[in-house]
Amino acid sequence: MTEVVQTPMAEPTKAGWFGDFGGRFAPEPLMPACLELEEAFRDAWADPVFHAEFEEVLHSFGGRPTPITHCKRLSEDLGITLLLKREDLAHTGSHKINNVIGQALLTKRMGKSKMIAETGAGQHGVASATAAALLGLECTVYMGEVDTQRQALNVFRMELLGATVHPVTSGSRTLKDAVNEAMRTWVSHVADTHYCLGSVMGPHPFPWMVREFQSILGTEAREQSQSMLDDVPDFVVACVGGGSNAAGMFSGFANSRSKLIGVEALGGAAIASGIPGVLHGMMSQILQDEEGQILEAHSISAGLDYPGIGPEHAHLASIGRAIYSTADDDEVLDALERLSNTEGIIPALEPSHALAWIIREAGRQIPKGSTVLLNMSGRGDKDVAQVREILQAKGRFQ
Amino acid sequence: MSRPRLEVRLRERVAAKQKLLIPYVMAGQSEDWLETVQAIADAGADAIEIGLPFSDPIMDGPVIQEAAVVSLERGTTPQSVLNDLGRLELDTPLVVMTYFNLVYRAGLDRFAGRLQEVGVTGCIIPDLSLEEFGAWEKAAERVGIDPVLLVAPSTSTERAKAICERSRGFLYAVGRMGVTGERDDASLEVDAVVAKVRPFTTLPVCVGVGVSTPEQAAAVVRVADGAIVGSALVRRLLEGGGPEGAATFIGELRSALDGVTLDG
Repeated sequence: MTEVVQTPMAEPTKAGWFGDFGGRFAPEPLMPACLELEEAFRDAWADPVFHAEFEEVLHSFGGRPTPITHCKRLSEDLGITLLLKREDLAHTGSHKINNVIGQALLTKRMGKSKMIAETGAGQHGVASATAAALLGLECTVYMGEVDTQRQALNVFRMELLGATVHPVTSGSRTLKDAVNEAMRTWVSHVADTHYCLGSVMGPHPFPWMVREFQSILGTEAREQSQSMLDDVPDFVVACVGGGSNAAGMFSGFANSRSKLIGVEALGGAAIASGIPGVLHGMMSQILQDEEGQILEAHSISAGLDYPGIGPEHAHLASIGRAIYSTADDDEVLDALERLSNTEGIIPALEPSHALAWIIREAGRQIPKGSTVLLNMSGRGDKDVAQVREILQAKGRFQ
Repeated sequence: MSRPRLEVRLRERVAAKQKLLIPYVMAGQSEDWLETVQAIADAGADAIEIGLPFSDPIMDGPVIQEAAVVSLERGTTPQSVLNDLGRLELDTPLVVMTYFNLVYRAGLDRFAGRLQEVGVTGCIIPDLSLEEFGAWEKAAERVGIDPVLLVAPSTSTERAKAICERSRGFLYAVGRMGVTGERDDASLEVDAVVAKVRPFTTLPVCVGVGVSTPEQAAAVVRVADGAIVGSALVRRLLEGGGPEGAATFIGELRSALDGVTLDG
């Protein structure tokens, strides 16, 4: 099953393996679609015209390049130099736009007229609906019923953008089940429909393709940090659910001396608490019981509530090229509040995990004086109602 | 206990001009599920698929998903199912159908060994693609388990050939693009998918996914060797049909298939 690979973050093997992780564990009706997609992606990604269009759309529509912000006050408090890659300033408020523009362009290139997508908190769903509106594709988003209630405004955003939101009532009615339902739907509609998966997960070529589409942010960040620091940062830190923002970021620094740190939610820590297994078409680290039934992830952040992790992250952890840690809900809230009131940036709960790790480890695992680049993968607007409720319950705000 | 080898038995039946009926039940779905297995064997099943419930069954529609939830809530585990099956006395081949993570978690050789110990002679793992099939193929072969592979309407001719060469027991032809579940329309793509595989295999070709009624089963076996009926049976069991209800339905399917044989 394994072949020895690979420069870190190079192409996976022909069968889609990153070391011992990845592969293509899809039911036969979907296999031809996976093969077709791989061929279409290889062809597009080798075509300068496709690249030019991808970059042009992300520039004129998506708001790229996003800046890097030096957090001066927080840096001084922590005794480090903290830089934020501002994906929160990209269109739709997160890095998700990079991947969906790539996949929507690919959908058209494959001659398909429809996209389906899964979403947890709604960021990928909103981004997919946006890309579909831009390119004139029909879009259906699968979202766990629990999440449609928690993120009612995002449901409305998707509908306003012309997408259909399909509440998923099976299983735990959250992200994991939304992926299941999207895959089931894809089986029935594969002829005219592309499955726009939102993270570096699923059967090959998704983990690789999504990383490639997200690598635009890592490439930018490498150039920007080089010109700001005249060097690469000592640490590159990103939150990890499925792991698409981290994969995009790490890909810009994998061949450098930068230490790569992925931060998972404590209640969804596939690297720390998972074991190898197969879910959603991939071999990876998966939260599961002793029989192999998949367990639920639980954290404050719907975007990180996933019981698996992209296979390339499992590989990077196994070879020690990236280190994966966790942050708990309380540290995450503290980090969100601290960045808001020291730097004027309200982060999403997801990257607040990465920030929480930096705050906790500054002066410990992060030596004083280090340069640290954090991928600020999304803005906090979607989370403020939830955060307000929690902080009010703690007696913090009126 | 020892039961007939899946492929051997099915080939014998096909040679005797019998159309094959392969019902599916979800293991552990109710207290009397073993009696149900016995009843459908007695009612004329040629082999029986035993579903091991998995938390995330991506190839299954709502009925089998619900049965899996019910079964898991009753505390069913792969271990408990296999223990139960070991106690069953019947002369019908059993085929376990489950998802790869349960097999991988147990260990491929250990899982295959357990199947063999309790007299299961075939296994279907729908999310194990041809590309990743090699390790399981060897583990199954070592203990005489027939690993069954799927062919779909979307499968290319070249892939179909490779799948035919490595499937054992029978060939599972997916009758339409979609997950398991009852369909009331007749939009099965059976003719095309069966025609695609016939040149490459002498294995019995059985059609599943969307085969719900005696009429559909009869239509399917005009081109295929057998019909696999899952959701339509599982729904009756979820509605409380019990072993008698299951036996009645299997009897109807059996008569429909035998009618085709006589016509033939």
